[in-house]
Amino acid sequence: MAETMLKVDSLVKRFGGLVATDSLSLDVRAGEVHALIGPNGAGKTTLIAQLSGFLQPDSGRITFDGRDITLLPAAARVRLGLSRSFQITSVLRDFTALDNVALAEQARQGHSFRFWRSARADRSLRAPGRAALEEVGLAHRADDPAASLSHGEQRQLEVAMAMACDPRLLLLDEPMAGMGPEESARMVDLLRRLRGRRTMLLIEHDMDAVFALADRITVLVYGRAIATGTPAEIRANEAVRTAYLGEAESG
Amino acid sequence: MAGLLTPLTTWRGRITALLLVLLGLLPWYAPWLDAAGIISQKFALTLMTRVLILAIAAVSLNLILGYGGMVSFGHAVYIGLGGYTVGIMAHHGVQDGFLQFPLAIGLSALLALAIGALSLRTRGVYFIMLTLAFAQLLYYVGVGLEAYGGDDGLTINRRSDFAGLLPTRGLDKIVAFYIVSFVVLVLVLWLVHRLVNARFGMALRGTKSNETRMQALGFATFHYRLAAFVIAGAICGLAGALLANHTEFISPAMMHWTRSGDLIVMVVLGGMGSLFGPLYGAIAFLLLEEFLPSLLRLVLTWLHGGISAVLGGAAIGTLDAWLRLAEYWQIALGTIMILVVLYARGGIDSLFGRPRHG
Repeated sequence: MAETMLKVDSLVKRFGGLVATDSLSLDVRAGEVHALIGPNGAGKTTLIAQLSGFLQPDSGRITFDGRDITLLPAAARVRLGLSRSFQITSVLRDFTALDNVALAEQARQGHSFRFWRSARADRSLRAPGRAALEEVGLAHRADDPAASLSHGEQRQLEVAMAMACDPRLLLLDEPMAGMGPEESARMVDLLRRLRGRRTMLLIEHDMDAVFALADRITVLVYGRAIATGTPAEIRANEAVRTAYLGEAESG
Repeated sequence: MAGLLTPLTTWRGRITALLLVLLGLLPWYAPWLDAAGIISQKFALTLMTRVLILAIAAVSLNLILGYGGMVSFGHAVYIGLGGYTVGIMAHHGVQDGFLQFPLAIGLSALLALAIGALSLRTRGVYFIMLTLAFAQLLYYVGVGLEAYGGDDGLTINRRSDFAGLLPTRGLDKIVAFYIVSFVVLVLVLWLVHRLVNARFGMALRGTKSNETRMQALGFATFHYRLAAFVIAGAICGLAGALLANHTEFISPAMMHWTRSGDLIVMVVLGGMGSLFGPLYGAIAFLLLEEFLPSLLRLVLTWLHGGISAVLGGAAIGTLDAWLRLAEYWQIALGTIMILVVLYARGGIDSLFGRPRHG
């Protein structure tokens, strides 16, 4: 069995009376695509926020590569190789698409206390940036401001930025949110190509995509992990059917 | 060389280049303006030296306000610290500019480090209030410095001495100091240009645009914001040292919060986040401040003459009564500010056409 890359131990996060993460335990193995599914309000995005360091859990432990990262700030986690994309598109709108990915590369190369040479003329930033855009199919939009990209293109850029950090674990928060069928298919294609090369924790509502991509699936309901297993196991799981899949079928 | 000339291919670049040439050559054509009776040479050079120095301060504020999104409402505190460093050293007989200026810059950087380290942990209105509070604190320290004139300030008897290279009296002194100020401004503009386009500047501007995303990319955003805050403070301290030399006088009024407000107005008026915007803003603001009252008087005299010719002098009051209206010239300045903010979001800079990317 592959080694565990990310380990979550009885994580708890409360917002007032609401328990958004309820003694949640989870592990992501190196090399796998681990999907996280669950109805709206199950606490998926809250979990991603805690894993990426934007939200402090009330209790519990997060271990990445055997190292306790529970208290580590977001930027430091990225430098360890854990990067995320956002459910609500979060690109730098004033910058071009290429600037956006070049900034990810810039962060990956270390500190930015370099005050003299033009960053936009720096091939060591621009070339990997172009490659990252190429990979998500955005090369033709490289020099357009991110704000002028279509919704689908911004989603692609969002993923390109997370990937350009060259993470060992990629946290993808609904990469296909709000995409049309064609754009979705393209994103699934992209994620399929990445499969095996990168470990991914994928939140997604598109069940076809999830069952096509995931090696293992964890089902979250009211902040709790009610089941973890292969797609086939999850499909056969009674608790999951009643809690989630049944709901989706009737809805 | 080709790269150096490419700005001249746009109107925006040409206007900026023309402005820099006009500023740079002022000492050479000022005698001609004087002879033509347009403006006294000494007055023109003195006024424009002040414009150049405050433009340096505004450019430094633009680094954090325009490029970094940090609305510091206490930026004049570094003008004060830089000025007081020069003034106090001169008071104790240390006139060596090679000591005064590095110290003024260094102390300002240190002060910015302290203020920034505390203020930058907050956002929005809290950040504005904290920077204001720190500046007011230093302002009252200045007021309390009885040994250095307290509220009344301190006259500087001798300007900074740079190994005797600068003339110390007469018109030569004024001309030389104008040229020094111009050269410093150009160097500061060049420095900021390099900074904001280097990796550091991309990190800073990205943080202004979307800090959460920058953190998610692995940027320790606080450090870049703080570094920019310190660099801006240091440059502004340099402006303060120049200003003390220019006015040969220091007082707490240099760092009063209204001065910080003036700097913000210059940056907004000229164009936030544009390299030359603060220079345009400083020129427009200070020249309006200087000439708006007389301009208004001219207009009022003309109007009064016209209307009294039609309606008869008695009906509309005396010219003197009308001219007193010019005392409210700040209302006109305020109106111009409002118009700029409403209709020219990018400030004066945006009137010269859209920037090319980068």
